Amino acid sequence: MSHDMNNATNMKLIIVDYGSSNLFSVINACNYFGYKANVTSDPDIIKNADAVILPGVGAFQMAMKRLEKLNLISPLKEIIESGKPFMGICLGLQLLFEKSEEFGATNGLGYIKGTIRKFPSDLNKNFKVPQIGWNSITNPDNGNWEKSPLKTLRSRGEFMYFVHSYYADIEERKAILSLTTYNEVNYCSSLQKENIFAAQFHPEKSGKKGLEIYKNWFNSF
Amino acid sequence: MNTIRCIARLDVKGPNLVKGIHLEGLRVLGKPEVFSKFYYEQGADELFYQDVVASLYERNGLHDLISNVAKFSFIPLTVGGGIRSIEDIKSMLKAGADKVAINTAAINNAELITEAANTFGSSTIVVAIEVAKQSDGSYLAFTDNGREYTGVEAINWACRAEELGAGELVITSIDQEGTGEGYDYELLRRITSKVSIPVVAHGGAGKLEDIKQAVDCNANALAFGSVLHYDFLENNASFASEDEGNTEFLKKGTGYGKINPFSIGDIKSYMVSNQIPCRTI
Repeated sequence: MSHDMNNATNMKLIIVDYGSSNLFSVINACNYFGYKANVTSDPDIIKNADAVILPGVGAFQMAMKRLEKLNLISPLKEIIESGKPFMGICLGLQLLFEKSEEFGATNGLGYIKGTIRKFPSDLNKNFKVPQIGWNSITNPDNGNWEKSPLKTLRSRGEFMYFVHSYYADIEERKAILSLTTYNEVNYCSSLQKENIFAAQFHPEKSGKKGLEIYKNWFNSF
Repeated sequence: MNTIRCIARLDVKGPNLVKGIHLEGLRVLGKPEVFSKFYYEQGADELFYQDVVASLYERNGLHDLISNVAKFSFIPLTVGGGIRSIEDIKSMLKAGADKVAINTAAINNAELITEAANTFGSSTIVVAIEVAKQSDGSYLAFTDNGREYTGVEAINWACRAEELGAGELVITSIDQEGTGEGYDYELLRRITSKVSIPVVAHGGAGKLEDIKQAVDCNANALAFGSVLHYDFLENNASFASEDEGNTEFLKKGTGYGKINPFSIGDIKSYMVSNQIPCRTI
C-alpha cells in the first residue's frame, strides 16, 4: 500500500473510452476523491497505466467488437495480468467473463469462468427487463469483504443502482463478492479476483454508499 | 428485490425551480441546485429535471445545472425538455445526465426513439407522456408542457413508444399535476397493464397514501414535486427565492390546497411500514 500523499495526483488512472456513453459519472466520482482520470482509447497509454477502470453500458457483442477495432484487447489483458488495480463496472464486469449468450454467443476477455445470460422476463410479477433501479447486495459468506472495496458496507441490505438486461452466471464461486436477486435469479452482482474488482451495479450512481466503494478502491493502492 | 423508486421532480425555468398547477401558473420557488442537494442527502433515488420552457425556445437550457448537480449528486439524473435530436441527447449525457426524457419530439418524429435507443441503449431513453382525460373518458397526449393538443390517444402511444425502443415511460397527468389530489390511477392501471417497460407515475401526489395506491396500479417509480418542494421550503425558509418574491404564499401558510408536504424520509418510512420494497439508506 502506498503512503504517498500525492497518490491521487501522481498516479496514472485510466478510464477506458471505447464509445460507451456514460463515462461522465465515473469521471465525476474520481474527481470527487481528487483523482484526475485520463479518459482514453489509446492502447499505449492504457498499457502504461497504474490503475484502470473499464466502464460500459449496452451490448456485449458490440463492446467486444469496439475493443477489438480500437486494438484494446491486448493492452487490457496486459494490465489485468500485470496485477495492477483493475475495476470493471456494469458491462465492464460482463466483459471479464468467458462468453455471453447475447445474439448467439460471443467470447469475452475470459478472466472469470461463467456465462452472461439474459434475465427471463415475467410481466405478471411486475419485474421488468432491463432492470433499472435499486437492488440490495448481500455478502454470501459473511466476512470476506474485509479485503475488498465493499469493506465498509453492511453485509446485507445496502442498495446499489443497476441498469442491465443480462446478468453474470458465474461458475467461479470463490470470486463472488456479492449476490443480488432479481426476478428469482440470484446472480453475482460484484466480484473480486486477485487485482480485479468488478460490479454489475454502478457505484458512481449509488449515492454515498456507492462512493464509499470508490474510496475503498482508491485506498487499496 | 424489485424496489419502487422515489424520484424528486424539478421543473426548471431559466435559473429557477418553479411549480405550477396543471403544468401552468408557475411560481418561482428557489435555486434548483439547493433543492437537489437536499433531496440527494435525504435519499432520493433519482432526480428528474424538466426544462419547462425548452420546447418554446426549441432547446434545453439545463446543461450547466446538470453538470453542477452531477458533481455532488451521485444518483441517476434524468433530463427532459426540448430534446429533439441525437446531438441533443449526446450533449445532455455529456453534461452528466444518465437518461433523457423525450416528449414533443417523440410524438412529432417517432423514429427518434428508435434511433436514440439504438445509439445510447433503451435504458437511457425515457418517453414522457403528458396526458389529459377527455370528457368522453378517453386519454389524449399533449406536448409542450401540456399546451399543445396532438389528438394522439395516450395508451396506444405508450404501447407504441415501447415498441419503438423506449426504456421507460413517465406518465404525467395534466389534470392531477400540482393539485395534490392523487395520481390518475385509472390512467396508470391502463398503461401498466399494457406495457412491460417501467412506468413512472407523475402528477398529483399530495398525501402519503397516494404512494400505496400508485404502487397497487403497478407503477414502478413515483415522481414527487410540490409535496417535496413545499416540505423543503417549510423547513428551510431561508432558501426560498427572494429575487422574485413568489413564495409569499408559503409564509402565509395558505397556498397548498390539498397538498400535505412530506419529505423523502417520510416517503421511505411510509413505504417500509407498508411493506413496499424500496431503497433505504
